[in-house]
Amino acid sequence: MNLWVSFKTILAKEIWRIFRVWTQTLLPSGITMGLYFVIFGNLLGSRLGTIEGTPYILFITPGLIMMAVIMNSYANVVSSLYISRFQRSIEEILVSTTSNMVFMLGFVVGGMIRGLLVGIVVTIIALFFTHLELKHTFVLLLVLTLSAFFFSLAGFANALVARDFDDTMIIPTFLITPLTYLGGVFYSITFLPDIWQKVSLFNPILYIVNGFRYGMLGVSDIQISIALLIMTLACGLMCLLNLYLLKKGTGLRQ
Amino acid sequence: MNALTIQNLTKTYPNGFTALKGINLTVAEGDFFALLGPNGAGKSTTISITTSLTYKTSGEVKIFGHDIDKEPSLAKSYIGVVPQEFNCNIFETVFNVLKYQAGYYGIPYKIAKIRIEKYLKKLHLWDMRNKTIRTLSGGMKRRVMIARALVHEPKLLILDEPTAGVDIEIRRTMWEFIKEINQQGITVILTTHYLEEAESLCKNIAIIDQGEIIENTSMKALLQQLDVETFILNLSNSITELPQLKNFTTRMIDNTTLEVDVHKHCDDINELFIQLNHHGIRVQSMRNKINRLEELFMRLIKKNDDNMINNDGIDYESMGQL
Repeated sequence: MNLWVSFKTILAKEIWRIFRVWTQTLLPSGITMGLYFVIFGNLLGSRLGTIEGTPYILFITPGLIMMAVIMNSYANVVSSLYISRFQRSIEEILVSTTSNMVFMLGFVVGGMIRGLLVGIVVTIIALFFTHLELKHTFVLLLVLTLSAFFFSLAGFANALVARDFDDTMIIPTFLITPLTYLGGVFYSITFLPDIWQKVSLFNPILYIVNGFRYGMLGVSDIQISIALLIMTLACGLMCLLNLYLLKKGTGLRQ
Repeated sequence: MNALTIQNLTKTYPNGFTALKGINLTVAEGDFFALLGPNGAGKSTTISITTSLTYKTSGEVKIFGHDIDKEPSLAKSYIGVVPQEFNCNIFETVFNVLKYQAGYYGIPYKIAKIRIEKYLKKLHLWDMRNKTIRTLSGGMKRRVMIARALVHEPKLLILDEPTAGVDIEIRRTMWEFIKEINQQGITVILTTHYLEEAESLCKNIAIIDQGEIIENTSMKALLQQLDVETFILNLSNSITELPQLKNFTTRMIDNTTLEVDVHKHCDDINELFIQLNHHGIRVQSMRNKINRLEELFMRLIKKNDDNMINNDGIDYESMGQL
């Protein structure tokens, strides 16, 4: 009961923050993804024809939605937690009876909610440009939830180990963004030479984008069960890593 | 029942600095306890360990009999802490800061709402409840932190320099409030640099220096150790030369001000006035030269520093470790 109140409190605080600074949390991705739809989907896409029988704009839509979900889930947790550390307001939670698990889940679910809200915004924008279908709704929701969960957890870990604001930007800039662009958002990996197709299989975002694309369009470059298994394992490992960091007090306790 | 029991507590930071060297301390339930010491003595480290913000190297800490390692949640539920440094989210409203704090302790909103109103009104902050923290003055922010520490109704309130940087009027209002809290049965541990504050509020005291408790006794017993008090006398008439007083050491500051040392066990202060009267000197007013606790505090710290130098030949203070 007490833990449930603690969890609801952290979550409510996070959701309130998302809406309080909505111009920084919800709007930017809407604008960026809208531009992607205009330029890559509409202007260039109309000249590119189809990929695996799917119009190009429709092919990139799942990837763009997932890209927004991933980036925002990560960014929400890393910035909210790091700023709380920086302001030392995180001590409010540390001195309280809130357990490490509840502390982590409160922030992480907050991040997931921002990711999903931005996903909805981008989907609405996509509807202005193309007609969307849901071929496998359960798979789509599962991939969406697991992806938002994993990247929120990753943002949480980043915020704990970050020593300054620069450290909160390194992973999104130098790892997540390149992996997202190379994860088959804008192309099918079958377009790549054999060697690069094999290298691409080591990119975790490929599984996420393809899982989501399968849920939406019914087409995928990889086997969907493997994608779901890898994502579930990754979430489990990231949970354990965060709980270890919290127990050790990394970034929080001396 | 002890509100706080600390046994053989040590803390060595990763850079090798030992902040606490095996301290032992007990604070009885209902006490108003002062924990004093110079900067870097180990006060804040002790409080941080007690409130779980810092991990101890060894030793044992119990809050109302509950070990902070074995029953962390229960132990934490008894403590309210007002930290030395401001640590609220500056973008939140006063009301939300308290609402969230109550929530972190698992207190449902229905109950929290009543308590928030109660404490904000008591601390004259109710009208400010919808203001964001960043718009408040320093004194108001301090009061918000006190209200926040009380919202889960702890049995032990730890105040780490609660009146630092607060003007005299607000400081006195805060003292009254904290006294009232203590009278209601809440144990209070106070660290402060205002020794007048500690002397007037606290029943018991511990002085910590260089990671060791160098004194732990009642305020009354500590003040009794002071054998000489120095008084400043403001005279009604001006004098030209220093009067020779039997058994009293006097110094002339100016024509209308005298400084007199009064030995606690030997001298009778009435005798001082009789002798002054005999010299035709009238006293308009008198005051202590410095706060009594301050004088004792300085002596104890100096004695401890001298011992450290004598014991190992190293002057830690000059090494910048304080």
